[in-house]
Parts: sequence; C-alpha cells; structure tokens
Amino acid sequence: MLIRGKYQGASFFELVEIDYPHLRPNLEGRGAEAGAVPSFPHGTTVLAMRFADGVLMAGDRLATEGHRVASRDLQKVYPTDAYSLVAIAGAAGPAIEMARMLRIELEHYEKIEGEQLELEGKANKLSQMVRANLPAAMQGLVVVPIFAGYDRRRRLGRLWKYDVTGGRYEEAEFESSGSGSLYARESLKKAWRADLSRDEALRLSLQALADAADEDRATGGVDLTRGIFPVVYFCTIDGAREVPRDEIERAYREHVLVARQHVGGSA
Amino acid sequence: MSIPFYVSPEQLMADKAEYARKGIARGRSIVSLEYDKGIVLVAENPSSLSKIGEIYDRIAFAGVGKFSEFDQLRKLGIRFCDVRGYQYSREDVRAKALANAYSQAIGDVFTQQMKPLEVEVIVAEVGDPRFAGHEENVMYRVQHDGTISDHHGYCGIGGAAERLETYLKDHYQAGQPLGDALKVGVAALVAASNGGARIAAERLEICTLDRERQDRKFRRASADEVAAILG
Repeated sequence: MLIRGKYQGASFFELVEIDYPHLRPNLEGRGAEAGAVPSFPHGTTVLAMRFADGVLMAGDRLATEGHRVASRDLQKVYPTDAYSLVAIAGAAGPAIEMARMLRIELEHYEKIEGEQLELEGKANKLSQMVRANLPAAMQGLVVVPIFAGYDRRRRLGRLWKYDVTGGRYEEAEFESSGSGSLYARESLKKAWRADLSRDEALRLSLQALADAADEDRATGGVDLTRGIFPVVYFCTIDGAREVPRDEIERAYREHVLVARQHVGGSA
Repeated sequence: MSIPFYVSPEQLMADKAEYARKGIARGRSIVSLEYDKGIVLVAENPSSLSKIGEIYDRIAFAGVGKFSEFDQLRKLGIRFCDVRGYQYSREDVRAKALANAYSQAIGDVFTQQMKPLEVEVIVAEVGDPRFAGHEENVMYRVQHDGTISDHHGYCGIGGAAERLETYLKDHYQAGQPLGDALKVGVAALVAASNGGARIAAERLEICTLDRERQDRKFRRASADEVAAILG
C-alpha cells in the first residue's frame, strides 16, 4: 500500500496523474461536440492589484447557473500557501478543484524538498494546471485564474493572469477576470496608483466590484440584507491575510455606499 | 552445479535483525517528547540533511539509520498522506494509518528481501482537546523488522533507544513548557550517548508540533531559537 507508486518526484499533480489516475476527472472524449456539458455553476468577477506593500486580491460571491443563482456566498479567492493567493473565475467546479489542487501541490513540494518554490515557480505550476484543463475548456468548462503573491526575494507583490491554453502573463498594475471584469478593470484604471496604501487599495477594490455588479447581472453586489460581502485578501511581507468582514463592511459603508448615494444611484 | 545451503528461518531472521541493528546503532538517536502545547522532536544532527520532517497538518516524522532509506520512507509518507487528504478530507489523515503502512512496508522488506532496511522511525501526531476524536497526542515507533509500538509521554529511537527510555523514565514530567521538555530531551541524548559530552546548540535539529498554530502545526526551530531556549 505504501510502496506501490512509480512516481518519484516532488509534484502532487503528477503523482495523481501517474499513480492515481482514477482520482482525476477524465473529461477527454466524452460528449465531444460543443455544448454537450449540461448547465453548471459559473463564478464571476475577481480582481487583483499591486499596492505599496504587496498585492490585494478580491472577488464577489455570486455563482450563476444560466439565469439562476447557484450560490450567493461562493468563495473565489483562496490562499495557496503563506505567501500566495489564487482567484478563480469560470466553471465553478473545475475552478475550485484547481485552487485546491494548487494549494496541495505547493505544500507537497515544500514538504518533499524542504523548501518553498519561488513565486515565479508557483505561477508556472498553475500554468501547467490550466493547460491540463484545456480539453475540458474546449467543451465549455473554462477556468481563468489570477495568481498573485509576495515575492520575498525581490521584496514586491506580483501578479499573473492566464488564458485557457495555460498562457501566463505577468501584470505590473492590476488584473480582473470573469464576466464583470471589463467593468472592474475600467473602474480600477481610473484610480490605480503604484503607491496606494492598504486602505486605499481596499476601497478601490470594493468600488471596482460594485461597478462590476452594477453593470453585469452575473456579478454579485454587496448584500446588506443577508450580510454578504466580497472576500478580500492582502499578501505582503507578513504573508497572506484575509481582511476581516467588519473592516470590509465599514469601508463599504463609509466610502462606496456614500459615493453611490451622492451620484443619485439607488445602491 | 552449486549445492544450496540450508539455513534455518530462525537463523536467517536473527542474522537480518543483527545486521539492521548494527546499521542503526552507527547513527545518532532521536527523542520525541510531549510538552504542554504539543510534541517536540530532538535530534543530534550536525549536517544540513534533515532527520525530522513534516508529513501533514498534525503529523511529523523522524528517522534514524541509513539516510537514503529513511528519507525515502519520509517521502512515501508525504505522498501517502497527501493522497488521502485529497481523496477524503484533511481531518481524515491520521498517524495511526501512516504508522501501520510503515510497519507493513518495513516488515515486508524484512521478511521478503535479502537486505533489511536499516531504519527506525517515529510517527508523531499532535492532538487538540477542543476537537472530538482528535484529543490525544500519539507517538508510534516502527522498528527495522516492522514491529510497531505506541508511546505516551516520550519515545526514543536509534542505537541508544533503551538508554534514552531509561533516562526519561526517571526525568520526564508531563505537562512541562517547551523549554523544560527540550532540556530534558537534550539531557537524555547526552546521557544516552557513549561519551556523555555536552551537545552544542548548532548540532541540534529541533522541530515541534505546536497545537496553537493554525492549520499546519509543524515547525522547525532556527539555530538562534534553539540557542535562546537552551540558554
């Protein structure tokens, strides 16, 4: 039971592929024609930006299945280890699985080798996972993540976006993914600066998500009735930290909500 | 044509066991102790190659004997646990299953192969009284022939394991803070070694399973921390 595998390396992803293929979903060759996959939940808007101390990553909470709400409080931003984060958009099932796999992958490597991968190495690893998902993506199960973290060697926050083929592009400023990303990016573009403080970055991210939710029906806005707020993480030299809900609520009420009422919106 | 010699199974096993014990006795011993907030593992190890390692959220590994053999076991343990955690949930990964798998694997090599593994390992798991079913600390010792035993309070492996246990029986106290437990552990290693000379802080490899930590309880103490704790 213990000594049965052939795989000898440090990658959990490869270990599963080689020694435990039955644990991996095999989506190739099934219902090859387009549109064969029945309806399934989609995650929508996530964003990441650099700021003075590192990077921020945030995501709305809504998952939609066609015109229906699949979940109102889905988590789309995940810490993958002490110094990195991943945000997922697209087909919720494979996307959450990918985030989970990346976390195990990074931890597995660290335990086997006794040291962590460099941030670039982690970003590259995610690239291979997105590429491995390409056959599923061809059938509509598209996953488009954003990866961000604090590079302890270079002492700065960095972030990458991906395409469905596993293409990996480092972004110097900010990035957004998902159905509301166009509006979120437009919003970020007008106010983003490299020297944003932590509080300014938090405000800006909530503003951008509010703008996306305003224009895109599949993006979830803040739900004050149910008390549902976006998930926001900072990653700095102190590691990845989730912003407490009451801090998000305060920032939202004091800055975003007030500004919207001012322009006559009904938010 | 050569005539095969008859060797009695008793003799064969005794020879293998002696071979393995000799190999293990050449290296230094390791001790693992419970303290008030978890489990501490202490090894005298002047090299940068680790003898103690993280296996999973609450599980640590320590091995003595031939480095290539116990390091291979450590990696197998990580693969075993990560696959289980992926397949089921992180809470389903338990030290007992891992120790049994080690016992099976080491025992199989001992009976079926010409050369036994010259290793002895500890699998330690930190418990937390706040979680039902996970309250107790557990420590398993697996020997060169696959013999498995569970230990409470303290556990020693290596050529000097018996002397370690004798020392700890008289000096170990339950519920001590980390610093005190660590001092007892180091004193046990000193008492059990043949020379009995003091061990410098930079020659110690010390790791803890600290139940107060979030998620991953394993932590490797830096050289400065070791020096500070031992004064």
